Amino acid sequence: MAAEAETASTEPLLKTPFHARHVAAGARMVPFAGYDMPVQYPAGIMAEHNWTRENAGLFDVSHMGQAFLVGPDHETTARALEALIPADIVNLPPGKQRYSQLLNEEGGILDDLMVTRSADPDEDGALLLIVNAACKTADYAHIEARLPANVKLVKAEHRGLIALQGPKAEEVLAALNPEAAEMGFMTLRTLKLGGVKANVSRSGYTGEDGYEISAAADRIGEIWDALLLDPKVKPIGLGARDSLRLEAGLCLYGHDIDTATSPVEAALNWSIQKRRREEGGFPGAARIQREFAEKPARVRVGLLPEGRAPAREGADIATADGTIVGKVTSGGFGPTLNGPCAMGYVAREHAAPGTKLDLIVRGKPLAATVAAMPFVPNRYKR
Amino acid sequence: MAETRYTKDHEYIRIDGDTGTVGITDYAQGQLGDVVFVELPSVGKALTKGGEAAVVESVKAASEVYAPVSGEVVAVNSELEAAPGTVNEDPAGKGWFVKIKLTNTGELDGLLSEAEYQDYVKTL
Repeated sequence: MAAEAETASTEPLLKTPFHARHVAAGARMVPFAGYDMPVQYPAGIMAEHNWTRENAGLFDVSHMGQAFLVGPDHETTARALEALIPADIVNLPPGKQRYSQLLNEEGGILDDLMVTRSADPDEDGALLLIVNAACKTADYAHIEARLPANVKLVKAEHRGLIALQGPKAEEVLAALNPEAAEMGFMTLRTLKLGGVKANVSRSGYTGEDGYEISAAADRIGEIWDALLLDPKVKPIGLGARDSLRLEAGLCLYGHDIDTATSPVEAALNWSIQKRRREEGGFPGAARIQREFAEKPARVRVGLLPEGRAPAREGADIATADGTIVGKVTSGGFGPTLNGPCAMGYVAREHAAPGTKLDLIVRGKPLAATVAAMPFVPNRYKR
Repeated sequence: MAETRYTKDHEYIRIDGDTGTVGITDYAQGQLGDVVFVELPSVGKALTKGGEAAVVESVKAASEVYAPVSGEVVAVNSELEAAPGTVNEDPAGKGWFVKIKLTNTGELDGLLSEAEYQDYVKTL
């Protein structure tokens, strides 16, 4: 038997503030983006996935990069960031969060990120950025090299980050601070959780309602422990995080999006607000505006294979006559869907939901249908 | 009692006369995690020692199962189509993959005994 190799490295692995807790809980640890991270706990990916969909899953996402962009006022900081990303940040209200992408000059995606404007009037001019672990060093260098003199990037490496996700997340977090229940989707508040000050946003990456909680690395373990005292909460590893985000139709950087794909090809049009589409003024704007006007030549779609065999990343996508028209970028088995699902890029003429295509798995065509995403309906608190 | 031999790749073959039942060990199913699909060969297919005998898909990844010895497939466990999780629940019993008619029983000599395999797993 031969399993797919996990990414190995000779570099010493970094540890999050929760490392000892993961090991003590019996997690299987794997190298991920330079960190020693839990891929699963003893219950296994399927059970962890289902637990998150039905209760509340607790994820350590401290490997992700957190940094503050700090300028003299919101307008100045927002304009500096808008020169690098296509989202409207100038009009982002205090305490609101937005998903966007750092773009290269060709409109390709260097990383995807969350941008949050502080709710605190005393912090006007500060934006919190959350970026992918594997990209953070390059992201920071890219951003710093392009900032005006009066805006600074302040890395928040002294902070940890956890995600509490699932239909019972609100009930669980509100038990620590009732204000959590009042929050709307993609909003941020500073809350005391069991005596620890935390930046809490109502967001996540599983398709479920939930929160992301950022706090000082030396105190965040107390929040983790307090949450786990609730029997509705179990720790969940990166394996289930991946199957949850796949069912939710969410992109994974380095797989579904990369430096060659634009946000329009990636079907992330919703993340580029009207003002920016019209005005441009971000890297690769010419390409992205052209793709909005003319539609891109290829686009990210959802794919539902027939039967139970999953199609994985890298599988070719073909028409019935065998012509290759695309490639799978993420694929696996969806525990909630109780069947395989995948996403990938196809030539635009094959992108309509309902289109029949073949996924080439181990040299053989596997019948599949282009499907709308998310595969499992999301349950964000609007 | 039928004798069972093992590979270092975590396949077993339970010998009964000139046929053998092939599956993966309990250690292997634990490493794989939840099995969601098993691709089996056709009855009649000739397998070569070390060649692909089946493919096991877990939530996370696809893994090849190699033939411990050469032989012809005489039966496949079609129950696994509807219940792939049987591989996790009972790998040495109901979770078998294929039965093969051995073409070279001498190949069994290169495989590990039960005790040797258990010692090997302890080193992993």
